[in-house]
Amino acid sequence: MRILATLLKADAGTATVHGFDVAEQPADVRESISLTGQFAAVDEILSGRENLVLVARLRHLKDPGAIADDLLRRFSLTDAGLRKVSMYSGGMRRRLDIAMSLIGAPSVIFLDEPTAGLDPEARIGVWHAVRELAEYGTTVLLTTQYLDEAEQLADRIAILHQGRIIVNGTLSELKQLFPPAKVEYVEKQPTLEEIFLAVIGSGDKSEATSRTAGGQG
Amino acid sequence: MTAYFFSDTAALTGRTLRHVTRSMDTIITTVITPVAMMLMFVYVFGGAIDTGSVSYVNYMLPGILLMTIASGISYTAYRLFIDVQSGIFERFQSMPIARSGVLWAHVVTSLVANLIALVLVVGVALLMGFRSGAGVSAWLAVAGILLLFTLALTWLAVIPGLSASSVEGAGAFAYPLIFLPFVSSAFVPTRTMPGPVRWFAEHQPVTSIVNTIRSLFARQSVGDDIWTALAWCLGILVVAYVFAMAVYRRKIA
Repeated sequence: MRILATLLKADAGTATVHGFDVAEQPADVRESISLTGQFAAVDEILSGRENLVLVARLRHLKDPGAIADDLLRRFSLTDAGLRKVSMYSGGMRRRLDIAMSLIGAPSVIFLDEPTAGLDPEARIGVWHAVRELAEYGTTVLLTTQYLDEAEQLADRIAILHQGRIIVNGTLSELKQLFPPAKVEYVEKQPTLEEIFLAVIGSGDKSEATSRTAGGQG
Repeated sequence: MTAYFFSDTAALTGRTLRHVTRSMDTIITTVITPVAMMLMFVYVFGGAIDTGSVSYVNYMLPGILLMTIASGISYTAYRLFIDVQSGIFERFQSMPIARSGVLWAHVVTSLVANLIALVLVVGVALLMGFRSGAGVSAWLAVAGILLLFTLALTWLAVIPGLSASSVEGAGAFAYPLIFLPFVSSAFVPTRTMPGPVRWFAEHQPVTSIVNTIRSLFARQSVGDDIWTALAWCLGILVVAYVFAMAVYRRKIA
């Protein structure tokens, strides 16, 4: 990911992003991408709005303030917009991080483990943001350790194992590599996550209750 | 892309300056050691040090100012280190901006933060009886030398800021610099020192800079000291800049 984002030189081989070679045309690559770090690289001392304005100014856009306000609204951060980021929760910080990478409408967005260390509610918030991005036509390259996340979000999935991509394809292509599904019925208890979401009264409650029986093995 | 060097640097400088204005404690802690030294030397040791007809606070202020700068730039290293550590440095480096603007923003911020600290220390010195008959041009010359010294040490601070592996490491390089004025003409005339120490004191950068500033404050001729002082400042600046840029290029390569 760091090689693709022009932060690291490749030892060997070539890579292109959005049609530009990362070694030969790094400036063009940087023009088409946006990177969000695993550790949410936002400025702690600035407010959320100031973070967004800064990025908008660095992308040389007109009216950075309006861009910031619009993104704060889209990511439900308007109320927190003027507060220092150091007072944000992990989920808010991650949403701000993603909002910052949307500025300037880059064609490709790298999301490096965007939900690592988030509680389930915040994770669903990030998922919504990613789905929205893909709908707007942005290519999202997302890395994750959580396979259900890849299953939920990805059009194409590549499995990286010991530094190599061993499988690459759509979910249904990947499923064909697996022996045909055997149907059996088991009673399904609610998972702790479903209980958590039901108790805090957020997420998709109806789904959490209706999924208490059925399912496939 | 480099067409945006100045606007990008300005945007990034606005950010780092807010780090300074929103945590004024960094300015206070920068100022506190030099002020404590000043109180101690003027009211405790100063009486025992023979500086001729010059009042002791007038005598030692130039050295205190250099000490202020040396402690101030450790915050530059600290702020840069935090940027690298947090990942925001990489975020900026992956954006279509004039990438060296990230460093320049820290350098400009360092100059501003140290200027504020220096003004505070001079203010305290005035309360303690520091007086100077220096005119506007002499004051500007003093400010120029101090800013040049700050610039040189700031680029030196960029090196640990980019390459340190811990917060302590990022700030630790400043300690020898803070204590360098002790082995110079800053607090005690060098003629009282034993041979080898005296030789070192008279040939290290602090002495020539201190002597120059002292002469400017006292409206005396600066003699050759000013050229030695400028040569030291420029020399440190060039060497530190070259090394810092080498570390930076290795970092972003």
